[in-house]
Amino acid sequence: METKLFLPSQNWSHIHSGDIVYVSGKLYVARDQAHKLLVSEIKEKGETPFPFEGNAVYYMGPSPTKEGMAIGSSGPTTSRRMDEFSPFLISKGLKIMIGKGPRSEKVVEAVKEYGGLYLQAFGGCGALYASRTLSSRTLLYPFLGPEAVLELEVKDFPTICIIDSRGEVFKP
Amino acid sequence: MKAEEVIIDAVIEASRKLPFDAVKALEKAYEEEEGNSKVVLKAILDNLSISKSLEIPLCQDTGMMWCWAEIGRNARVDIVKLEKLIETSLAKAFKKGLFRTSVVRDAMGERSNTGDNLPPVINYSLTSGSDITLHFLLKGFGSENCSSLTMLNPTAGREGVIEAVVDTMKRAGAKPCPPVFIGVGVGGTMDRAAVMSKEAFFKRGKETDLEREIKERINKLNIGPGGMGGKNSSLGVFVKEEPTHIAGLPVAVTVNCWAERKAEVVLLGGYDGD
Ligand code: SF4
Repeated sequence: METKLFLPSQNWSHIHSGDIVYVSGKLYVARDQAHKLLVSEIKEKGETPFPFEGNAVYYMGPSPTKEGMAIGSSGPTTSRRMDEFSPFLISKGLKIMIGKGPRSEKVVEAVKEYGGLYLQAFGGCGALYASRTLSSRTLLYPFLGPEAVLELEVKDFPTICIIDSRGEVFKP
Repeated sequence: MKAEEVIIDAVIEASRKLPFDAVKALEKAYEEEEGNSKVVLKAILDNLSISKSLEIPLCQDTGMMWCWAEIGRNARVDIVKLEKLIETSLAKAFKKGLFRTSVVRDAMGERSNTGDNLPPVINYSLTSGSDITLHFLLKGFGSENCSSLTMLNPTAGREGVIEAVVDTMKRAGAKPCPPVFIGVGVGGTMDRAAVMSKEAFFKRGKETDLEREIKERINKLNIGPGGMGGKNSSLGVFVKEEPTHIAGLPVAVTVNCWAERKAEVVLLGGYDGD
């Protein structure tokens, strides 16, 4: 099945594991170090630094932007390394995740419990995703360089649903 | 053209274009697969033409640069100048080619970014002839993190080696951006096996029986393009072998993603500053 997802979104129950999903709208970018900082910041201040509800996090660290483009090469990074942080962030409302590769049992459980969503973007296809990114700005932690938190506006990002809101996991 | 310019061009081109054989293998895989696996391969092939036309890196992880300088014993060589040539050319290529700065210092502490994607990993070795060949791998770490080293018993034999490689891919699954290319180093000492597993990507000649068998065994794992299942989990295996100790059988495996980015530059007659 092919389907679309516009972000932010309040309902993604129409998406099933194994579906091809074209994502458009707003994406928040964060990877390893940013996850570590996000979790400690929320625990300290008790609030999220950007709106979590209905939004998605994209595990990515771009290459430098070419003049005239919105962003550099920008494909997904391995989601596994974010597994230790994801259940906490999901519980705080950041329920949609985009990355590459499988997730831990704990993440699957959290997705099921909170009705989240895990989409896999196509690994290595950085130029393709750059060509579908309309705008990008640095939101948090600029000192992290390519690991800073960004806010993107994207159009028709191709992904495949690996874990749907019912906790069903795509198996080849 | 000056040596520096040749290196800069070759390295930038490697970040945007795959070797002919890799593209052929991806196209063949696309013909063979169906469903989501085919969708992934279509995206990969589209991505290759987009990076070429936009002139940006095909993958944002432009990798840590791994370099192997093979120096002919009869080559003119000023080793200090050669090292400088490699480092300055790479620094310029990273800037000009919009490479991501993916290198950090203080690996187990602060992990602060070096800011220029340097230093590279450089290996020097001697060979016959009077030229210097520089081999470059743009080594992404999604796949590098799946690489492995196993010290087998000396009696484990061919089957033991095959299993060590297949097990590595079993653990890797969809993480290294399959379908993958695999380098295998067999023999030597532990460190030598590891280096051979990268040198193997620059092997010439036809696929050996062992390489084909390993590839077929990996393809039975049904990992498939992007982990979507299918016939193509590995597109190529390269094995390099050297003598080892009576008590051991080191096997090192470098896992490389479908984005098998590599470059080679030959400095005819060697290099002593010009
Ligand atoms: S594993 Fe390779 S293709 Fe995948 S993101 Fe890393 S460098 Fe790119």
